[in-house]
Amino acid sequence: MRSSENKTGNETTVSLPVSTKLAIELKDITKRFGHVIANNDVNLKVESGTIHGIVGENGAGKSTLMNILFGLYKPDSGTIFLNEQSVEVNSPEKSIALGIGMVHQHFMLVPTFTVLENVMLGNEGSMFLKSGEESILNRLKGLSKNYGLDVDLEAIISDTPVGMQQRVEILKALNRGAKILILDEPTGVLTPQETIGLFDILRSLREQGVTIVLITHKLKEIMSITDTVSVMRGGKVVADFATKKTSSEELAENMVGRKVLLSIKKPASKVGKSILEVKDVSHDSKDGVNVLKDISFSLKEGEILGIAGVAGNGQSELLDILSGIEALQKGQITINDKPIFSHQEWNSKKARDFGIAHVPEDRHKRGLVLPFHNYENSILGYHRNDQYSSGFLMDKGKILNFTNELIQNFDVRPRSPSIISGKLSGGNQQKLVLAREIESKPKILLVGQPTRGVDIGAIERIYEDLMELKSKGTAILLVSVELDEIMSLSDRILVMNQGTIVGETSSSNATELDLGKMMSGLEQVREDRNE
Amino acid sequence: MSDSNIIPKWLSVGVIPLFNLFLAFCVSGLFIFLIGENPFKAISVMIKGSFYYPGAIGYTLYYTTNFIFTGLAVALAFHARLFNIGGEGQAYLGGLGVGLMCLIFDQYIAGFLVTILAILGSVIFGAVWGIIPGYLQAKRGSHIVITTIMFNFIAAALMVYLLVNVIIEPGQMSPETRDFATGVGLVQIHMLAKYLGLNVAMSPLNLSFGIALIVSIGFWFLVWRTKFGYEVRSLGHSETSAVYSGIKVSSTIIIVMAISGGLAGLVAVNELLGVHNKLLLGFTAGYGFTGIAVALMGRNHPFGIFLASLLFGALYQGGTELDFEFSSITREMVLLIQGLIILFSGALAYMLNPLVEKIYLKYYGNFNNA
Amino acid sequence: MLESLQLIISLLDSTIRIATPLIFCAMAGIFSERSGIIDIGLEGKMLLSAFVAATATFLTGSPILGLFAAILASCSASLIHGFACITNKGDQVISGLAINILASGLTITLGIALFSRGGQTPPLGSEQRFMPIEFPFLDQISFIPVFGDLFAEVISGHNVLVYVSILAVFFTYYVIFKTRFGLRLRAVGEKPEAVDTAGISVIKMRYQSILIAGMLCGLAGAYLSIAHGAGFGREMSAGKGYIALAAMIFGKWNPIPTLFACLLFGFLEALGVRLEGVELLWIGEVPVQIMQALPYVLTVVLLAGFIGKARAPGAIGVPYSKEG
Repeated sequence: MRSSENKTGNETTVSLPVSTKLAIELKDITKRFGHVIANNDVNLKVESGTIHGIVGENGAGKSTLMNILFGLYKPDSGTIFLNEQSVEVNSPEKSIALGIGMVHQHFMLVPTFTVLENVMLGNEGSMFLKSGEESILNRLKGLSKNYGLDVDLEAIISDTPVGMQQRVEILKALNRGAKILILDEPTGVLTPQETIGLFDILRSLREQGVTIVLITHKLKEIMSITDTVSVMRGGKVVADFATKKTSSEELAENMVGRKVLLSIKKPASKVGKSILEVKDVSHDSKDGVNVLKDISFSLKEGEILGIAGVAGNGQSELLDILSGIEALQKGQITINDKPIFSHQEWNSKKARDFGIAHVPEDRHKRGLVLPFHNYENSILGYHRNDQYSSGFLMDKGKILNFTNELIQNFDVRPRSPSIISGKLSGGNQQKLVLAREIESKPKILLVGQPTRGVDIGAIERIYEDLMELKSKGTAILLVSVELDEIMSLSDRILVMNQGTIVGETSSSNATELDLGKMMSGLEQVREDRNE
Repeated sequence: MSDSNIIPKWLSVGVIPLFNLFLAFCVSGLFIFLIGENPFKAISVMIKGSFYYPGAIGYTLYYTTNFIFTGLAVALAFHARLFNIGGEGQAYLGGLGVGLMCLIFDQYIAGFLVTILAILGSVIFGAVWGIIPGYLQAKRGSHIVITTIMFNFIAAALMVYLLVNVIIEPGQMSPETRDFATGVGLVQIHMLAKYLGLNVAMSPLNLSFGIALIVSIGFWFLVWRTKFGYEVRSLGHSETSAVYSGIKVSSTIIIVMAISGGLAGLVAVNELLGVHNKLLLGFTAGYGFTGIAVALMGRNHPFGIFLASLLFGALYQGGTELDFEFSSITREMVLLIQGLIILFSGALAYMLNPLVEKIYLKYYGNFNNA
Repeated sequence: MLESLQLIISLLDSTIRIATPLIFCAMAGIFSERSGIIDIGLEGKMLLSAFVAATATFLTGSPILGLFAAILASCSASLIHGFACITNKGDQVISGLAINILASGLTITLGIALFSRGGQTPPLGSEQRFMPIEFPFLDQISFIPVFGDLFAEVISGHNVLVYVSILAVFFTYYVIFKTRFGLRLRAVGEKPEAVDTAGISVIKMRYQSILIAGMLCGLAGAYLSIAHGAGFGREMSAGKGYIALAAMIFGKWNPIPTLFACLLFGFLEALGVRLEGVELLWIGEVPVQIMQALPYVLTVVLLAGFIGKARAPGAIGVPYSKEG
């Protein structure tokens, strides 16, 4: 009610002069997480009043960089300049005061609150909500009108569609006087129509002098909305372009880089009969979002079928259904001519009984029980088998022998069955999981991100193991976001985008560029060029 | 929070817990000092009271027996990452199982058969009082902490009602049943010794102590050697990994709570079949709650639980000695110590980790500079 | 007719007396749990502050000072809870349990050491207590049938803390739903990341919330020993903290419904006492234990989702850490 209300009101409008040329400049930013270098001497310049895109593959360090700018992470070294002045951003509070707003990939909204309450949080205007409300309502009305940010202020967040939730996030930032707006993968959860709406909003924000940083891996979006673009790869900014002077091809090339392809000897393929038939499988997530739409494909013995795609386009859910973690909702899956129906009880145990082994995408959450010893993890999922037990008692001797064999044959280091699995390096953890699943002598092996967080030496070993398994006639379904991995291992490649299969090609005909385009949803092709 | 990945096991499982215990005792000593008594004298009185006087060890081990049962009950649930605060109520219901079996059968069949039935009764009734909260957690999502707290109170009300109105000995004023028939019950150790020609001081220690030791070994086998134990520990460490490996989460939760409740129910065997020879009000005397401290201190391992039970047994027995030696401190001092142990060994268990990690890295952490 | 009216009035009167400490504690629980901190230590905080209130009052002769001392003691317990589970990210249930057992042992031990009365404090005289307040105009309205009696017995004639407890409900409601502090408190219990990214300290918010909870438990304790009672007796909280916890869940973490849950549970207890040994038509004698167990049974049934659904704050029980 008192002057405090006016004060905050004014702050939001005059916090930063707009006339300076460079809105953001990051110099030599380095950030480590343990032994991983997420950002390595990163330099970035963004001009005031422009839309700047940052593209890169998963794990390239985009989000880390922006979280540093927003004050959530402290950089190990480097300097941040805002409007050509050196600043220290050590908390979100500080960065908000400096006029930075961020829309996170996972929304930072209180699900039980109304839209208005969410917008007010942290900028209530007064001790008492009622008296702050009025000025905020006025301001919001202005903001919604100016930028086409249409929201229902009384709606509860958990009842609103994601598109509106995103507009609320943008309103939140603007309400706090953001002159620099960072959006982290904003279109990942939006429908095409909602994306168009978002871009209209971003354009009108730019007209009003707001500087926008857009993090994405979708080249189409970069080309359609940004003024300038930086490409990140392996924790570094590897290229800067004016958007008009570049092409998606050039960006894709820089994104993927010229990585040295590991030379893998593909054994002579003896592709046999089809063992897995997936027909018209659709799936809704727990929140009711449609994540898979009419997926159909078949997998043959002695074949590696790669599924390429940007993370979050339905690949994880597909693996979950095939491995029995999620129930089959719609469609039909046939394994060795035995159909699985949606009304049947379908779980991981059943899947294993069908001869399906699964190297999950997340070995920490799924593939291993981290506090377990290696010998305990070496039988996870197979602990009911008689070979490890006598009656209801487990036979530790047998299990230890088996584990010793595994870690010898698959070169898991250190060679100790009784070390805690959580203490192994990522590569050795992955080798242990892969060893266990291969040793179960599966008919079908599902593999998700086999080399995520794995060192080069282990990668080579993992590829060899997969090849050997294939040559023995096992059917392998490989899901990976690493294009070169898909290309060098697979016999056939499917590309997924937004829950559907958008393309199919044989690996000998595929180029990274083609695949990249399909993955970004640029092209929808289905070329059945099977030899 | 969990154990640190940086410091070695002998520090995180050995030194730090002992130091936490030491802190708890230091603060307890401080209170004794503030009251105007000598903490060291109090300790020596308690040690004498629990180990030195004739019969003292027997009393100590008799208390220890109760704590082993409730400690194991809490620990098994902890292995599945369930917090069973309901040991008190489950033990109480176990008493109902013992009482009913004895009152129904002791006129008709042989004493040792009745005793076996009564032991089974304690386990089954305790298990039922664990299964219901387990079911509500697994199938209806009720928070097990709240449900088991509520079940403690419901058990108390139920037992008072039954003892006052239904199974009270007719013509009797205090709420307890008639004595069980002679021949029913577990023999006390000093009687057994006498039979063997040994002279052992009188104490309530009885064969239940042997049951407790056997159950402890069985617990170890169950948790670390059986398929079921493997599934329980997987579930406790990572529910997502458990689902991945095909473990049925709800039924595992329910079975764990059944066994946990059954273990707590065995307190009634020690108390009713071993000592009181009838069902009476309030025989659980907080043993269920102490079980939480025991499990925390014993790190959910039967050997640790045995040591922690012994400590608490000694504290309880030694505490009674305080009444005789001091005018201003009494056995309730033990409650204070117990609270401090739960605080330091439980809630503040990882308080020292950052400090110890720092010190450890300073002296042994050269490899980490890479 | 007159007799049954008298009965109802006296039932309502004792309902209010019984419900008062429940109301304070349940409001304390709302503050704590709405901010994401499980508080099963309500019982211990109330017990501790009851002891401190009686002791300080006996030593100083002033119930006001006793009240302040009680609040101070209860807040210290809150700080221990906070240190364990906010700063050190310890388990909130274990910490609460530690506080309860600690309070049990501490009050008896200190009581015996200070007063040598088996854990009790010396009785307090009426000038050392918060005594019933008779409202003015009682005589003027006493002629009105029903309402006159109702006013004299149920509304008037309670000690000041009874009225404060009702104020505490409206205070809780107002603070939680109508103020900036309340908005942030609710947010921190539902989604702390949202609060953190809005530039507000999660840790500070949670400490503030549990301190308010401490103050309210202090009032509950003082009510037991220097207002309703005349001195401290061992274990005098007798599970009221847990009933308050149940009432809070029953009221779905909302102040006004929680007030009614407290009154309902208070009424059940009053009724139980009244019905002891009374033969009811058709039913016969209702055992007092059924009335005692009913609050707990009702809470279990509610939690299991058989009557409506009690939804706890989203982030409850989870220590906040940035690394996620």
